[in-house]
Formats: sequence, structure tokens, C-alpha cells
Amino acid sequence: MRRRESRGFSPEGPVLELRKVSKRFGGVVATDDVSLDVSAGEVHALIGPNGAGKTTLIGQISGSVPSDSGTIVFAGADVTRKKQHERVGAGLARSYQITSIFRRFTVLDNLALAVQARSGSSFSFWRPVAREAALFDEARAIADEIGLSRKLDFPGATLAHGEQRALEVGLALATLPKLLLLDEPMAGMGPEESQRMIELIGRVRLRATVLLVEHDMDAVFRLADRITVLLNGRVLATGAPETIRADMQVRRAYLGDGLAA
Amino acid sequence: MKRTALFLVLALLFPLAMQAMDQLFYVSFASRVLIYAIAATSLNLVLGYGGMISFGHAAFVGTGAYVASILIAEGASSAWIGWPAALAASALLAWIIGAISLRTRGVYFIMITLAFAQMMFYLVNSMKAYGGDEGLSLPRRAELGLGLDLGNEVVFYYVVLAILAATLYGLRRLIQSRFGRVVLAIRENEARVEAIGLPVYRYQLVCFVIAGAVGGLAGALLASHGKYVNPNVLHWVQSGTLMIMVILGGVGHLWGGVIGAAALLLLEHLIADYPIAWLAQLAPNYQQHANLGVGIVLLLVVLYAPQGIAGLLARRARARA
Repeated sequence: MRRRESRGFSPEGPVLELRKVSKRFGGVVATDDVSLDVSAGEVHALIGPNGAGKTTLIGQISGSVPSDSGTIVFAGADVTRKKQHERVGAGLARSYQITSIFRRFTVLDNLALAVQARSGSSFSFWRPVAREAALFDEARAIADEIGLSRKLDFPGATLAHGEQRALEVGLALATLPKLLLLDEPMAGMGPEESQRMIELIGRVRLRATVLLVEHDMDAVFRLADRITVLLNGRVLATGAPETIRADMQVRRAYLGDGLAA
Repeated sequence: MKRTALFLVLALLFPLAMQAMDQLFYVSFASRVLIYAIAATSLNLVLGYGGMISFGHAAFVGTGAYVASILIAEGASSAWIGWPAALAASALLAWIIGAISLRTRGVYFIMITLAFAQMMFYLVNSMKAYGGDEGLSLPRRAELGLGLDLGNEVVFYYVVLAILAATLYGLRRLIQSRFGRVVLAIRENEARVEAIGLPVYRYQLVCFVIAGAVGGLAGALLASHGKYVNPNVLHWVQSGTLMIMVILGGVGHLWGGVIGAAALLLLEHLIADYPIAWLAQLAPNYQQHANLGVGIVLLLVVLYAPQGIAGLLARRARARA
């Protein structure tokens, strides 16, 4: 976790480029010609009302949802046709809006598995994982970072909601991403838990670029360097938080509410 | 640990006791239980640990049985040829079946594995050179050399016991290895495994192949045990029997396959060979419907002990601790 060696990329320029990316589910257009740059080192927020296509777009970027058209360039390489696990290997990790952890694994085992996934081959059939101290040391360091070091031996299913959300992010962090896609990390959280998550993202951004989908506007405006607004699958605007805020107020005044949902 | 040691001691002493009582039939019966235990344990790797509901495991057991039998029939009776050949053939078949069926999920996976196994069943049925639907009788069991005569029931029992022990030890190592952790994680949450950067399909396929290979070895042992093999070893009922053993014994428990095989075969044996007078009065030929009794027991286990007998034992052990 503390190491960042082979994750070098130029600090300027985009780490992620979307060019006219689209996805249709039957007759429903989920994303429509989305073009978007995420610059290295920034926290880029993606906002928009429910059904705007945010989660679909995250799926397309991470590779779980194949795109109908358009190209996705990550860290200088075209990954449009790459499988999800290949993109993760290249440094593109995600967390889920609906908590997706290994519920019967302990917190430590959850994180150790994610560390294992990116360190050496997992086609190893004989040697017990338990003897690989390095895996568990790294897992503990991540647990520490996400505030779960006192819950190491608890199965994922027994954690409180906020703790599960933290583990969710921890699993993505453990893959040492260059770009972290966070899909509503504060979903269902109380104010205190949200505060801790904001602090965590604040620390994470020091070593990874973050694309953040979030409905909590307070969090968005505190964290984001830039904001993209998505509506009906299309990019409505991209810009600095102040610009977007002003823009949103204008739209709300003239077109009615619907953006800040 | 204590229980493992107890099992081992009992299993080691069993044939000696039977020999002393001149009951060699039970040694042979126990060998059959142990062979089914190996087959069920291999299915448990896929079904229990891997969460893949394979309804075609008989294809691998049967392929192993036929490959080993054909080799003996053709004069290559060394176990050192027949058993590795059975293992390899079943592994190859598992690779092919797995590569196709693992692209599907849920009920489709169940149906495709079943369909492949039935295809093998009909294929073997049509192999007239090797007995077709009448099956293939073998002049002798496989020959192991090393001064061990597999024709001797007690020797055969000990060899099978050794293979079962190796299978269980191997499964335990496997589950605790990196590979095993990934397989368990896929059962828990497939999408998340992919999302932390691991190719789910490849891990499932390798798991499927390992289980198929071990199933093939069990098949080779089964053929030697009865000195006979027929297409029924590939029939879907056989796949169902192995599934019942795993469910009865304990899905995803190390000992699930062993306990399930022992429980099911003993139950069948008891129903068939020990008539119950009052039941016979009530239903004169109830013994021909042993499966009904098995069905009732299975129903009770699924309803009241979803973790199988191994799960019940583990719960009792925890309660005492």
C-alpha cells in the first residue's frame, strides 16, 4: 500500500479518455456519445439524477458492461475491448454502489485476497496462503487506512453498513489502482460515516486519480477538482465546481429541479 | 484432528477385524464405499467449494472407468498405465465440457453438464467392440506390482484407502492455497473476484478439470473393484447419486463426500438386505423401492440439516467446545 513504484504516469494529461462512448439496453439509451477526460491526480465527480447513466458509465469504464460504440483509453492504451480483470491489472479499479464484498470472508481475508490478486500468480495449489505473511501485512495496512483494523477477524456480513462501505473501497484500494472508480461510496451513510469516507477519499487522492459518482453534493463540492454533469446519458457540462454550481443554480431557476437529486 | 485420527485407526483396523470374523464381503463393500467417497469428494470440490452445480460428474467417473477397463481388456493391465490414463482422459474431457459449459450460469450450466454426460452415456452404449450396452467384463483387476496383489480384497481396500487419504489431504491443501481462496471467493461473489483483477472463468475451469481428473481415477478404481463396467456408470442417475452423497454428507465440507458415500451406500444396503417385518407386512415389496427410503432421508437432511451430516457433527463439536 505504501509503495507506489511501478504506478508511474505523467502527472499532466488525462489518465482516462472516453470518446463518444454509448450503451443501449434494448430500446433504452443508458449512455449516449459520452466524451470525457479524467486528468491524472484529480478527483473528478460525476453527478446527475437517478437514471442519468452514471452507473452504466462506470460499468463501461471498468469493463463489466461492454460498450456498443466509442473508445476508452486508459493510461495511454485503448482498453475498449479489454476484459475487466485485464483493466484491473492495468490499474483501473472500482467500488460498487451496492456493497459487493466477500460476506463470509473475514475483513482480513477480504483484503488479503485483493492483495493476492495483484501480487504473483494465484495458480498456486499447494502452499497455504496463511504462510504468506507479506499478503496479510499489506492487508492489515489497508484495514488500518480504511479504519477497520479492529475488525480484522469479523466476517464481512457482520459489519455495520458504514464498515461494509469502507471495506468495499478497501477492496478496490488493495489492487493499487491508478484510477479509482467510486460508485456512490456514501450511499446510505449517516453524517459521521460520510465524514470519515470524505477523509478517506481525501487521503486516497494523494496516490490515485479518483472518478467519483456521488449524490451527496456536500461531499462532491468538498472533494472534486472538476465535475461532469450527466443527464439522460449525455454530458451536460464539465467544469470547475464553482462553474457547475453556478450553472446548476441557473438551470434550477429556469428549468426546475432535477439535477441535484 | 482427533476425529481424523480416529477415522484412520478404524479404517486401518476394519479389514483385519473382518478377516478375523471371516467376513471378507464387508471388506469389498467398504472398498466400494471408499471409491464412491473419492468420487463424491471430487464432486464436492466443484459443487461445494466451487459453487458450480455440475449435474454431469458421472461423465468423468465413467470415462475413467472405461479407459482403465479398455486398457485391461486390451492387455495393458498395469495400474501405472491404466490409472494415469483414466486421470488424463477425464481431465481432458472435463476441459472440453468445462470450457463450454462454464460460459453459462444457473440452470443452463446444470442442463449443459447433464447433456454432455448423457452424450457420453450414449457414446459408450454404442461402442459394440467393448460390450455396448451389456458392458465389459474384465479378466482381472489392474496390476500394481510392488508385491501388492490387488486381487486380494484386503490389499485392494488398503490401496483405495491410501488414495482416498491422498485425495482428502490434497483437497485440504488446495482449499487453503491461493487457488483455493480464489475458488471460494468466486462462490461468494463472482463479480467481485473479476473486479479485483482475477479471471473467474480460468479459475473455474481449472477447478472443474481437477475434479474431473480425480473423478476419473475413482472410475478406474470402480472398474477394477467389480472387474466389470457398463454404461450405467455414465448414466445421469449416477451423477444424481454422487450429488446426493455430497448433499447428504455436507456441501463444502472436507469430509462431506466420505460421510455421504458411507451414509448412502449403508442405507441402501440396510434397506435391501435387512427386511423389517412390520414394514414388509404393510408393503410386501418395499425393499425393491429402497430409493423411496433414501429420498425421505435426503428430504429430512435438506430441510433440517442443510449443511449435511458433516455440518451436524461440526455443530455438535462446537456446542461441546
